[in-house]
Amino acid sequence: MSRTQTIWIGIGVVLLALSFFAQNLLPDYAVRVLTITCINALLVASMAPANGMTGVFSLGHVGFVAVGAYAAGILSLPVATKGSMLPDLPGWLAGWYLSFLPSTLVAGCVTAAVAIVVGAPLLRLSGHFVSVATLGFLVIVNEIVINADSLTRGARTFTGVPLETTLPWALGWLVVGLIALGRIASSPTGRAWRATREDVVAARAIGIETQPTRLSAFVLGAFFAGIGGALYAHYLGSFSPKSFLFAYTFTLISMLVIGGMGSLSGAVLGTVVVTALSEVLRNLERGMDFGALSIPPLYGASQIALGLLFIAIMILRPEGLLGPREIRFPNARSPKETTHDSAAP
Amino acid sequence: MSPLLYLTQQTINALAIGSLYALVSIGLSLIFGILRMANFAHGDMMMVGAFATLLLVHAGVPFGVAVVGGVLIGALAGALVERIAYRPVRGSSDVTLLLTSLAVTYILENLGILIFTSSPQNFPLPALLDDVVSMFDGQLIFTRINVLTLAATGVALLFLGWFVTRTTMGLGMRAAAEDLGAANIVGLDVNRLIIVAFVLASGFAGLAGVLWAAQSGVVEPAMGFTPLLKAFIAAIIGGFGSIPGAVLGGFLLGALETMIVAFLPSSITPYRDAIVFALLIAFLLFRPAGILRVQGEAKL
Repeated sequence: MSRTQTIWIGIGVVLLALSFFAQNLLPDYAVRVLTITCINALLVASMAPANGMTGVFSLGHVGFVAVGAYAAGILSLPVATKGSMLPDLPGWLAGWYLSFLPSTLVAGCVTAAVAIVVGAPLLRLSGHFVSVATLGFLVIVNEIVINADSLTRGARTFTGVPLETTLPWALGWLVVGLIALGRIASSPTGRAWRATREDVVAARAIGIETQPTRLSAFVLGAFFAGIGGALYAHYLGSFSPKSFLFAYTFTLISMLVIGGMGSLSGAVLGTVVVTALSEVLRNLERGMDFGALSIPPLYGASQIALGLLFIAIMILRPEGLLGPREIRFPNARSPKETTHDSAAP
Repeated sequence: MSPLLYLTQQTINALAIGSLYALVSIGLSLIFGILRMANFAHGDMMMVGAFATLLLVHAGVPFGVAVVGGVLIGALAGALVERIAYRPVRGSSDVTLLLTSLAVTYILENLGILIFTSSPQNFPLPALLDDVVSMFDGQLIFTRINVLTLAATGVALLFLGWFVTRTTMGLGMRAAAEDLGAANIVGLDVNRLIIVAFVLASGFAGLAGVLWAAQSGVVEPAMGFTPLLKAFIAAIIGGFGSIPGAVLGGFLLGALETMIVAFLPSSITPYRDAIVFALLIAFLLFRPAGILRVQGEAKL
């Protein structure tokens, strides 16, 4: 393990320890924003392998978040609540429930399984087609959730999920996710991901099979998307199919792209930047009163500002703030590590 | 009910929805053909066209004039988006182009919410067009707006056919679709061609938006999203980048959706869009270049 990785893990552990105190000391609003930031950062980081590193730009990631949220919700509803909320639930699901951690893990595994089934055909497509087809996957998930009444309550709000996600849990999962993704991204598998992005022909020439390689990134990302979805379900307690559609897709994508596709530290940075910006704008959007001058509420204005920032990034710095690089701790570069920025001073 | 009449009724339904898909997918294909860009903001020109028409009607403009005005405003919006957002990123990677258009969608939809709120608004239709025509004791039903949709699509297609085969500008556009760089080298004003392509594509989308609003009776900021996805499917089935392909794909998709609703049990009908998308993915795997086999873009 390189020194950069060790330092990052150290920072993660220290923050995690601090978060136990933070959730009691900080105001509720701050704890809420921090918790959601952690969940979003996990989701954005889970997009990095497929979208950033292999270059297969999926627009269906939120579909996996939905699968994770609903799976965790169904698994962890207490039996009594299941009877009243989901009376038509099949027998093999109705009589038992899981606590927080197991339901989250199972949700991640279910989502990964869905990703294997979906990814196998989808990842044979290229370029624009894979983006359109994965957007199609998002629509399919939405339609199934809306129509599978007995499992999901249809278009109605799914509610009653125990509220278990605290700031330390969310941060803990983020740290675990980043360590796992970071270790794999800097392993031969991660290099193979990037090779399929840079040059498919050259990658195949050195024995990297494009589709299984891309599928591994896709499925790994989906697993953590499912975990993130489960954390969401346990944080909000109630959600509906509308929660997992285009608006959320765009929010997550903007975080990934603004931070820098293909970089895990970029994913976290992008999430922090976009969240901070949205929080500031959201408060402005509600309208303000400066005595004589009052600004009426402008719903949608913060989204428009985010969209404009996104376009500005696309024009001025299409690789995002960090591009494919990770934030490193210099003068600690071990000779083993040769990524593209190793030539830079 | 006689099977023949039933079939005729379903054909009318298929043509009414298929012609809308065709109108939207033509524009997607036109832009993709020239710029190799999957323009996600295309659907929002439907919203712009429909809202502009709505505003003009509320301002007291006669309906017919308002529709023309709405379509022109939609066309203008498309040209503005090209000039402001797309030209600076022209020639970038696929992903950059795609993401830029996604951001434009996001901005336009939220602009719609900011101005008109997210709740649907009634689309006023003159009584003459709202009429339901019923034949053979109600066994054959269609609205005048269905007829108008078909007629408008027909006229628009004829106009486009004339434009790309008979005018210098249209020929230039086909040259640009063949090879943008070469078109530039032989002295075609590529920027102008692209602006005109966006005007045409967005005008068609604006028209489709007005017709869509007229059929559904409401206008809302997110109204372009579903038709856009359908238009992508139509354009890809036909052969992404090909205009005849987009028309063919649009009508095929209309027919397919109508058949799903008409012939499959009602327990499956709610999954119509899921079925269509699954079929698209299967289709892409076996024939990525589309029915008309567009060369050069899709590789497996």
